[in-house]
Amino acid sequence: MATRSLPILLLALLGLLIANLMFGAVSIPFKSILEGFQVGNANYFTVHEYRFPRTILAMLVGAMMALAGALVQGVIRNPLASPDVLGVSHGAGLAAVFYMTFFPDADIRWLPAVALIGSLIAALMLWWLCGQHSSTIKLAITGVALAALYASCIDFLMLVKPLEINNALLWLTGSLWGRGWNQLSMLLPWLLLIPFALWLAKPLNLIHLGDDSAISLGIKANKLRLASLAIAVGLTASCVAICGPIGFLGLVAPHLTRKLVGGRHQILLPSTMLVGAILLLLADLVARTIDPPIELPAGIMTAIIGAPYFLWLLLRTK
Amino acid sequence: MSLSTHNLSVGYHDKAIVKQVDLTIPEGKIIALLGPNGCGKSTLLKAMARILSPMEGQVHWQGKNLHGIASKKLAQQLALLPQTQPIPEGIKVKDLVAYGRSPYTGFWGRINKDDQVIIDKMMEETGITELADQLVSELSGGQRQRVWLAMTLAQDTPYLLLDEPTTYMDLSHQVELMHLLRKLNLQGKTIITVLHDINQAARYCDHLIVMKQGEIITQGSPESVLTQKLLKKVFSLDAQIHQDPIAKTPMCVVE
Repeated sequence: MATRSLPILLLALLGLLIANLMFGAVSIPFKSILEGFQVGNANYFTVHEYRFPRTILAMLVGAMMALAGALVQGVIRNPLASPDVLGVSHGAGLAAVFYMTFFPDADIRWLPAVALIGSLIAALMLWWLCGQHSSTIKLAITGVALAALYASCIDFLMLVKPLEINNALLWLTGSLWGRGWNQLSMLLPWLLLIPFALWLAKPLNLIHLGDDSAISLGIKANKLRLASLAIAVGLTASCVAICGPIGFLGLVAPHLTRKLVGGRHQILLPSTMLVGAILLLLADLVARTIDPPIELPAGIMTAIIGAPYFLWLLLRTK
Repeated sequence: MSLSTHNLSVGYHDKAIVKQVDLTIPEGKIIALLGPNGCGKSTLLKAMARILSPMEGQVHWQGKNLHGIASKKLAQQLALLPQTQPIPEGIKVKDLVAYGRSPYTGFWGRINKDDQVIIDKMMEETGITELADQLVSELSGGQRQRVWLAMTLAQDTPYLLLDEPTTYMDLSHQVELMHLLRKLNLQGKTIITVLHDINQAARYCDHLIVMKQGEIITQGSPESVLTQKLLKKVFSLDAQIHQDPIAKTPMCVVE
């Protein structure tokens, strides 16, 4: 399964990377794109300053959110789990909106740190409410409830501080609009989390067999759970800080990938990053080209696909 | 004396299920843990497999506290087959059995030739070779039980802890399993298994440990343990003890 899927996924990724550079408010022919990387070219601004960093950003954010979802689903053993379902994304969102509305002049570069604190608090809150040995369903329901609470707090903040609403509103739907080299450089250090996540592939396979078997096979189940969730929180927070909470990506991508390549994490984790990147590139491409020059936030596109998928999963798991 | 418990109390949510048990597992035998539901036999097994931490007392492996031994090293000594297993999604039978080699593989879990030999052998012994490429989630309960058993056996440990391994299996596979356990025992493995069926235990095991309400009532060979009095006392059962006409082991027949 895996050997057939990987080349197709890589081809799809490459195709979408090129398509994202070509299409938008104006279309640029394929052969002009390479010229667009040269300073002074007519397309230099569109290609090098605008579309290229945004495309790379979409690829990385898609990959990181999907990886975070796979880590969470891996240790919680529940296909319904993902950072957005557990309230971690909205926790990051709430912290970021709080920061943007109360400190409108503050440096935007602190946003990832603020979002990280928000998502950490959200994760700790969930941990504290559910404890170590709670059922996965309890965890998922508590997470959804907390996410709704954070979302209403965000609404409250924006009603109280209507002047700063525009920035926050745009950011909140999960958008890649206006994101460029600055945001890309903010995200880069967080890529260091990826090798740590891949390093967990083997123990994640074993925790999939249940705690009893995992411990018997020499895994420290609680430590692994903590490490995976911590990495997932870090990945989510850094992405949310830059693009806002792009919903359902962390839920859908790992799930689709498991259907494509199976459940071994040595294959699942790298593949889910590919699938996540493909999904977000596709979402952003559609969002930019559906009615140019007006752009829809990519988060709306992922929600249109993701929400029914979530409902279908929910119905299937009874 | 490799595996022993010392004044061991263990349970869930601060409630002791196993109470101050001192037990030394006789090496090189097939040992059955018997007792009515809720007597603590599974809990005791889990404590010996370090799944549960003692509330009081200790479990010792080769004279050392079980919880002080590096987990990967211990995983090369003790293997547990849990009573119930989750159904992993998207995992093939051969992959699951290969997971049993985890205590020996590196960080990426690569399987070498020696590992593969053991995996193939255990799949053959448990009769699942032809299921190798199927998904575990598509198997029947009995097939899945044998796949998990193969995974546990692939761990290749001198001690094997089994929690009701015959559940979900049809009778012929139950008999096959008990014969396989004897074969493994003759290769030098010590096997500790929780069993429901007293007659199965008496027929196929060397040493019976009978528990009630978290305490060990008696232990010894099937002939010395199985008495009318014991069955009445532990299982509240009126039964007679007869000799199995084929295996010549004791057998209880309910009145």
